[in-house]
Amino acid sequence: MSQYPRWKLLLLIAVLGICGLYAMPNLYPDVPAIQVSSTEAGGEVSLYAREKMHKALTDAGIGHGDGEQVGTSWLVRMAGNDEQLRGKLIAEEALGRDYVVALNLAQTTPSWLRKIGASPMNLGLDLRGGVHFLIQVDSEAAVRQRMQAWAGEVRLMLRDEGVRYRSVEHEGRDLIVQFHDQQGLDAMDSKIRARLREFNGRRLEDTPGLRLSLSEQGVRDIQNYAVDQNRTSLANRVNELGVGEPVVQRQGVDRIVVQLPGIQDASQARRILGRTATLEFRLVADEYSGMSPSIAPVGTEIFPFKTDGRPVVLRRQSIVTGDQVTNANMGFDEQGVPEVNITLDAGGARRMQRITADNVGKPMGVLFIESKSEMQSYVDAEGERRERMLNTSEAYVINVATIRDTLGSRFRITGLDSAAEASELALLLRAGGLAAPITIVEERTIGPSLGADNIAAGLKSMVIGMAFVLIFMALWYKAFGLIANIALVGNLVIIVGVLSLIPGATLTLPGIAGIVLTIGMAVDANVLIFEQIKQLLKDGQPPLQAIEGGYKRAFSTILDANITTMIAAVILFAAGSGSVQGFAVTLFIGILTSMFTAIVGTRALVGVIYGRASRVPSRLSI
Amino acid sequence: MKALHRFDFMGLRRTFGVLSIVLVVVSLGLLVGRGLNLGLDFTGGALIEITSPQDIAIEDARSALQGSPYQDAVIQHFGSARDVVVRVAPKEEIGNDKAGLELFALLEKSMPELELRRVEFVGPQVGDELRDQSGLALLMALGTMLVYIWFRFSNKFGISAVVALFHDVIVVLGFFALFQWQVDLTVLAALLALIGYSINDSIVIADYVRDTFRTSRLDDPLEIVNSAIRLTLGRTINTSLTTLLVVLALLIFGGEAVHSFAQALSIGIVVGTYSSIYIVCNLALSMKLNKEDFIVNIVEEVDEAP
Repeated sequence: MSQYPRWKLLLLIAVLGICGLYAMPNLYPDVPAIQVSSTEAGGEVSLYAREKMHKALTDAGIGHGDGEQVGTSWLVRMAGNDEQLRGKLIAEEALGRDYVVALNLAQTTPSWLRKIGASPMNLGLDLRGGVHFLIQVDSEAAVRQRMQAWAGEVRLMLRDEGVRYRSVEHEGRDLIVQFHDQQGLDAMDSKIRARLREFNGRRLEDTPGLRLSLSEQGVRDIQNYAVDQNRTSLANRVNELGVGEPVVQRQGVDRIVVQLPGIQDASQARRILGRTATLEFRLVADEYSGMSPSIAPVGTEIFPFKTDGRPVVLRRQSIVTGDQVTNANMGFDEQGVPEVNITLDAGGARRMQRITADNVGKPMGVLFIESKSEMQSYVDAEGERRERMLNTSEAYVINVATIRDTLGSRFRITGLDSAAEASELALLLRAGGLAAPITIVEERTIGPSLGADNIAAGLKSMVIGMAFVLIFMALWYKAFGLIANIALVGNLVIIVGVLSLIPGATLTLPGIAGIVLTIGMAVDANVLIFEQIKQLLKDGQPPLQAIEGGYKRAFSTILDANITTMIAAVILFAAGSGSVQGFAVTLFIGILTSMFTAIVGTRALVGVIYGRASRVPSRLSI
Repeated sequence: MKALHRFDFMGLRRTFGVLSIVLVVVSLGLLVGRGLNLGLDFTGGALIEITSPQDIAIEDARSALQGSPYQDAVIQHFGSARDVVVRVAPKEEIGNDKAGLELFALLEKSMPELELRRVEFVGPQVGDELRDQSGLALLMALGTMLVYIWFRFSNKFGISAVVALFHDVIVVLGFFALFQWQVDLTVLAALLALIGYSINDSIVIADYVRDTFRTSRLDDPLEIVNSAIRLTLGRTINTSLTTLLVVLALLIFGGEAVHSFAQALSIGIVVGTYSSIYIVCNLALSMKLNKEDFIVNIVEEVDEAP
């Protein structure tokens, strides 16, 4: 056997060194911290606010670190879990409503390691605790809403053109426009088609009319818009909740994944995510004041007043809606009554100004609309289990006030029960409404204590499993077994290093199981090689040729055998979800690295030990 | 060990062939008759895990739920008497996602100091999807293995190896049906890992059989297969043993979240090792495996001698 090529040895040392370096941050456990960020998008935490908070924490006698800038937020390490919880409350009090304070974990990685971009592995929710939601967007509802809007648009067009029509209805994804006579149809046909480009139109057969069918592309556009818009709104809401490192991602056609690590109170998260509340400002139809009609007169609607339920007659047309709100903050008026300060966008402000200017002295109502949706499962005629979404909405008037002056882009509303309600309404107005109703179709909440237990159980089984394997190999293959063991430990370092290096990789409990499994399977390559060497020795080959031959013969077998497991891992990754994907990732990486250490690694060690001419052994300890 | 090295493995091929068929038939019978105890991932429903500083009596928990829509919930201890898992199936009237928190609220009323460790809710539709997806993934894995082996080895080995995979998966699921162990997504992960692992075993033996066919003076396919099995025996046993050891460590110390996973794999490793000898080789021999089967796919080797 010639001396082992130097470049391979250097490569091995380099890989091991780099992976070892990047695996190191995992040795420094995260510490509890509080994270402060501005409620303004992209806003940083001012120096004044930081000093105020640090002073408040010191005054309260809570042990805390100096804090550091992370992105646009400010992260302060706390002395312990207890200090973290108390510190959060104190920081919230000190900072007021311009900032959100979240519980988070801070790395303790030394700065020289952080300079080279090293950071610990991301831990999955099953290891660090938190909530995972899978949210279904009712994109059909979005299509329905859009169809209604289109029908309205066509009616408006016909009215503007002075064309008489019988009806404009929508049926599923078709708009049906029926005219009074053929002339009307002939006049409007091309105009309507030109306006509604998303539709394919054809004339009705028996009556003068048009049937316009929404194209597949049109449907997809609406659904995509609805899901993306909902994703943005949910992301805004999650940011308001104050969660360190949240994930809000679209999954598939009409689902959104929300992951909130470290959240303790899942019910609050669920309430904020699921709520769809908005406001509308409408004029009160004061010509009917004093009367309480049971049927709403034309152009009006009747809503109950929140506190006493008395009916209030409002005009059907709204002045502005929640969509036009650009900012909303909770505050208190002079009497200490909670209020919400609202800022409108340019369009909303213009409308508000025009209408209030014409109606000074008249009452305006604030209508609160909340829609809820729920999945209900039922069994259909064929015995298949299906689900349908039930949408209900509740609307009531929270405030009626006389317009004293022309209102502009900024004004405030009152009539809310409590500060909590005011701040939640402000949050919902700020974060934006949802374009389509949503329901939670999957939830997994792991308490923080269970997460810690899972880490402990995973580590314990890894250590014990590995100890078994190390002992077995040393006993069975003696010196070569020890060489394989060194490679196995190196393999573990490389797996951890690679997992820490890949930004998207997340370690889950099944992921730990994957590492444990690869430890058991990794020695297979060495077993194959060693058995070949033994066989060759038995056939009477001298030790060095036997080593050479053993490695050479086993190679294609090892490759074949491992490729199949990697294929299985890829399929599992594609089909599985969440934590099971974590298993697929560690299995795949583990197989890859174990081939490297078991073939290149042990070969190098054998080369170093037996390679020099002066040390040619007469027999091998195998 | 020495006795094993002279052992006529293929001499028992009829006996074990019958045994394998019986195992598969019984497993299929159990799968049809008893069915699988599908977990939350596949059925939908809700689950909570609670813990308390004192022991929790199942009867207390049951009486706390009496009269509520959750009174037919499955309540079980796991790990210790202080840890309890409560599961409810999806129902029309409680098809909503709040079941977990409502369950906990009911239990908390009668039992103080209860800690909520875990809440899971899977909508029935998501459950159905995960089930279909998982079944598809299994079939895809089996199909891909067939294609891979087909290119690498003779058809006879390819078919035999895939039959062995079906055997392994069916027998493992048979155990799950027999003991009514819970089947969740981690079991799917275990089955896929098993498919990779078991085919790995078959490949090693097939590789040796191929080598022996090429290099050995033996003519009788039966003898060649026998000698290949003997050559790989040390490796087969050692690798299965190390893998089994780590899986047992997971089974004992890994906690409830990887319990089903470890159960499936520990049975799978034993079954997979057995099948790589007694199904793959057995079947390949029954299909009249011979030298020609390996000629097409022989990898070119450069003759170093001048």
